[in-house]
This record gives sequence, structure tokens and C-alpha cells, in this order.
Amino acid sequence: MSRLLVCPPDYFGIEYEINPWMRRSNTVNRDQAVRQWHGLMQVLEQDVGAVLERMNPVPGLPDLVFTANAGLVVGRRAVPSRFRYAERQPEEAWFEDWFRTNGFEVLSLEKELFFEGAGDLLGFPDAWFGGYRQRSEIRAFPFLSEWFNREIIPLELVDSRYYHLDTCFCPLSGGELLYFPAAFDRYGQAAIADRIAPHQQLAVSEADALKFACNAICVGKHVVLPAGCAGTERLLEERGYRPHPVPLSEFMKSGGSAKCLTLALD
Amino acid sequence: MTSHQETVILRGHIIDSLILAKVLDTILMMGGSFDLADVQIGKTREESSRARIIVRAGTAQLLSDILHRIQPHGASVEREADCRLQPAPANGIFPEEFYATTHLPTQIRLQGQWVDVEGTEMDLGVAVEPKKAIARTVPMGAVKRGDLIVTGREGIRVTPLERPRDRDVFGFMESQVSAERPHRHVIHDIAKRMMSLREGFRQGRPASKVLLAGGPAIIHAGGRDALTWLIEEEFIHVLFCGNALPAHDMEVELYGTSLGYGQQAGRVVPHGHEHHLRTINRIRAIGSIDAAVESSVIKGGIMAACINKHVQVVMAGTIRDDGPLPGVITDSVRAQEAMRAAIPGVGLALLVASTLHAVATGNLLPATIPSVCVDVNPAVPTKLADRGSFQAIGLVMDAASFLRELARELGWTS
Repeated sequence: MSRLLVCPPDYFGIEYEINPWMRRSNTVNRDQAVRQWHGLMQVLEQDVGAVLERMNPVPGLPDLVFTANAGLVVGRRAVPSRFRYAERQPEEAWFEDWFRTNGFEVLSLEKELFFEGAGDLLGFPDAWFGGYRQRSEIRAFPFLSEWFNREIIPLELVDSRYYHLDTCFCPLSGGELLYFPAAFDRYGQAAIADRIAPHQQLAVSEADALKFACNAICVGKHVVLPAGCAGTERLLEERGYRPHPVPLSEFMKSGGSAKCLTLALD
Repeated sequence: MTSHQETVILRGHIIDSLILAKVLDTILMMGGSFDLADVQIGKTREESSRARIIVRAGTAQLLSDILHRIQPHGASVEREADCRLQPAPANGIFPEEFYATTHLPTQIRLQGQWVDVEGTEMDLGVAVEPKKAIARTVPMGAVKRGDLIVTGREGIRVTPLERPRDRDVFGFMESQVSAERPHRHVIHDIAKRMMSLREGFRQGRPASKVLLAGGPAIIHAGGRDALTWLIEEEFIHVLFCGNALPAHDMEVELYGTSLGYGQQAGRVVPHGHEHHLRTINRIRAIGSIDAAVESSVIKGGIMAACINKHVQVVMAGTIRDDGPLPGVITDSVRAQEAMRAAIPGVGLALLVASTLHAVATGNLLPATIPSVCVDVNPAVPTKLADRGSFQAIGLVMDAASFLRELARELGWTS
């Protein structure tokens, strides 16, 4: 059974611009956003069988809804994020508070060492990958690597539209990698190729990548992804996965989609 | 020569991720260079690796640009400590653990700032005036009680030589010494360099002097005319020698012999072995080599040319000297000081046919000054290379042949 941390979009909106997707002029339809979020929750609970932990939304923190950036959770230990942008830094205390209240042992990175949680650290059981340059700092990874005794392969994010690793890189439960190669430079692509066998690499098209096809939630053989990525759905089906497309257009206005709206707790 | 460098640390899973490769490629692509000072590779997949990289660049701006570009990939500038200083416990004694210099450009860190050590020379200590942020090399014998001397190895950095840009023999500095290698192109390149140094010397450019340290074999073997011509034509500006070279040079002038051999006849002249003693006695009676030249007792030859052309001459005596000639410094520590004082401004050193003076001069020279060691005995250039003067080009050949060939390359027609 998979437990996911989520936060209702009561205060979601675009109040600042900190990635190329965000335009304050591109107003969020709040009712539509709430409907889409509940649609996602329904799929996760009813179709995928996930257990949802809901944290309370906070006025003035529109991006608290993107719980993937709460931090990194490994077993009963959690490392709360250190956000690069001042706009999201007030979220840190709320996420940390949630971890403590819910019985997690909290490990803290030093201030100024930016690390944006599961948005930038994803992996397979034997190898983790860390996205850096846009939001998280590469210097954070050696600390995490030491705390959790894991190898972390840093991958530079070279395209600002894919500003978090989870916007272009999605490990699947069967060991395959759903990813958009052009979001990485040749060093990153070579490092990925060194760890993931060619037949396990599922490269999505640019059109799907721009619809955040890689911002997907994989639980067992279920993959919940944003609607409109038909090519990616076919790729998944060919590998025996069951895609669950969910309309999340209001959250895309902010540069987030299915995966960004959840944090895996186990 | 590169003088801008910074040490950076890269840690994490930097090998398989190709982060180390990316950082090193970036340094090279931007026109810098690097030394991998230390790489510790994790013993297990989970364990991090760590690389210590010395980044070098031709200008401070380029170094700063490179550091700026590699910093996002985790390369952080190593926190470096100031150098440690301890007072000399007594005159002529360094504190224990004093830092012994090399002949390479050196900097020390004082209150967070890198300060150039003046007077690059090997096997000395470094004395510091912290208030003025001045550091300079100091010989053991010259240190005064209480002088602040650099100790340990922290806060010290030494810049290795970069290959010079000139595409001549000096561009391929190597200490390999062999009698079997052709000399001609080497001498041609030395001549080319001397021609441009003379131009620089006449225009008052820095580091344009040519130093020649030579032994009496130059005279015995018949190189006197060529060397005299080189001095008269202003190709040589500093002369290091002992007692014998000037003694035999002036012996030729007064008796036509060197060590009793008739220079023209090529055989021993009766009582010729006394000639150099009579020469030394004569000069001692006159009072100085200068006076002997001024009074036209000595009209030609190497010493006369030196005096006429105001060449700086340091004559350092040894225990086997006859006389010695007036002006020969018999206190070897004082002689070393006088030689050291004549080094600034030198841009090329020719060490010809003298083991003693070649090695002594080689020890005083910073590695940045190219030098040519010429001796019929391969042991001499080899010994010089072994002493750490790896910038010395070794030529195994007769002193006279070398000087004559060199002079001809420069226009001597005799």
C-alpha cells in the first residue's frame, strides 16, 4: 500500500513567477483547479489504491499544494526542503512541522544549501538521481548520500522549463525510466545510460514532455499522468503499465502536474 | 608564465555521473589548465569520492570566470589557511620545521591574501614582514634572531613552470643530457635568443641580461677570442668565474701561453708553468684588474673586454687558488651573496666548462630563467639537472667549440 502526502488547493494560484511556466496574467480558475485536484485524488484512492495523508493548506502559500517539494522521505526519516526562491521559503516550516507532528525524524540541511525534496531526488532501489542547477544545489547530495548510505548520481538540468528533476525524469516500478533526454546534457545522458539499460529507457516525445508526461506517479503497475500524452500512454501500455490520464491543466499554469502534487511517504 | 591559481574541492558521486569530467572539460574549454592534486575514489558504490583540483589560468579574470562556471557543478574553493610564522631562535638559525624553498615561483598566504615571495631561489627559507605584507627568500646564514620565518606547509603554493611559448630549444626544456645529440640547432636557438636579449638590454628591458659562468678550460681549449668578441659585442652582461679564468686570460695577454702552453705554437714553453703565477703577481703588484686594463698592461682578452664594456664580474675563490688575483672573493658565503645580488635582471645563463660555478649558479637561478650547461663531461649537466635545475639544457661539448660556434652564429668572422 502506498501512502502519499497531499495538500488541498484552497489557496492555490499564481502570485509570483519563479519558473518559465508561471505567468501572473495567466489566471488560475480556482473552481476548475479544485475539481482537477479532487479528480486526481479520486484516481489515486479509488483506482490506484493509495492512502492519502492530507495536510492543511495555508493562506498566502499558493504552492504548498506541490507537496513533492516538502522534502525527502526515507523510511521514518525526512529532510525538509531548502527552497531557492524566497517566495517558497515560508513553506519550509509548515512541511517540517508536518513531518515532526507525524512522527518523522527530521534531518536538517544547513541554510543556503538549496534542495527541493522529491522534486529533485528520484531513484530506483539501488541508484538515486539528483537534479541540480535550476533549483537544488549539487553540494546537497553528498550530505544526503552519507545520511542514507546511497549513491546519488547528480544530473544537471539544462533546460529551465524542466526546472525540477521530476518534470523530465520518472523511475517506474519495473526498473524502466520514463524521461525526456533533451532535458540533460551529454554528460547527464551518458550517466543515465550507464545505469539504465537501453531497453529500460522510455524516452518521451518533446510534445508530451511539454505536457509534463514525466511528472507521473507510479504505484505498482499504475501510472497516473497528466491527460493529453497519448504517445506516453502507449509507451507505458507496451510495458504492461496501466496509465491513468488526469486533466491537470490549471496546475500546469504553475509548472506542476500529478507527481508535483504528491509526496511518497513509503 | 601562469601565476593565477586556486584549489577547488569536488565531492560526491562525481565519477560515474561524469561531473568530474564535466568540470575538467570546462576548465580546459575555457582556456585554463588543471592538476588533479588528489583523487579519493569511494570504496563502495555508496561511498562518495573526492577530488582536489588545482585550477590555473593566464589571468585573474579568466581564473575568476572559470571558478564561476564550475562552481554550480559543486567545485568549491578550498578553504586555505594562512602560512605559519615562527621567529628565528638565533642569528643564522631557522626555526625547526622551516619551509625550504624551491626554484619555482612561490606565494604565501598572509591574512587571507596571497603574497609573492621575492627572490625565487632554491634551498632557502622565507622571511616575512607581516605588516608590510612582504615575503622574501633568505639564506640560512643571513637570518637574524627574531626574523619571522615561514614554517610547515600550510598557506604556501608553488607554481610549476608552463612550457614557454617560444618554439625553440627552450620551449622543450628537458634535462636529458647526451653527447650523441646534434648541437647545431641548439646553438642556433641560443644565438637567436641572445640576439633578442641584446636588443632588450640596449633598450633597458627587464630580464634581458645574459650571464656566463665559466671555467679556465675556455682559455686552455681556445675559446678566449670568441668569448672576448661576445663580450665586446655586448652579448654577455654578467660574468661569474673563479681565480683561474682571469689568471689564464691575462697570462695569454702577457705571455702568449695558458698554463704554460703556447696558444699559437701549441706546445709547452720553457718555464711556462710559472707564467700564470707571474701574471697573478703582476696584477697584485698593480693592485687590481681594472688598473691593469686602464694602464694598458692588459690590452685585450676577456677581462679587458669586461672592464671596457662594464660587465659585472663576480670572481669566487677556492682553496686551490694561487694568489689569488685582487678582486677574488675568498669568503665563499660572501661570494655567494655577491653572485645572488647579480642574478636579478638575468634572462639567460650560460654555464660553460666549470662544474663548481655551473652548479653554484644553477642553485641560485629561479626555474624561470633558461640556462645552458656546456661541458665535455656529461656528469656536469647531469649533476645540475639532479640538483633540481631542470630548466638547464645540457650540451656535451668542448667549451671552445661551443663559444666559437655561438659567436659565428652571432656574426663573428674570425
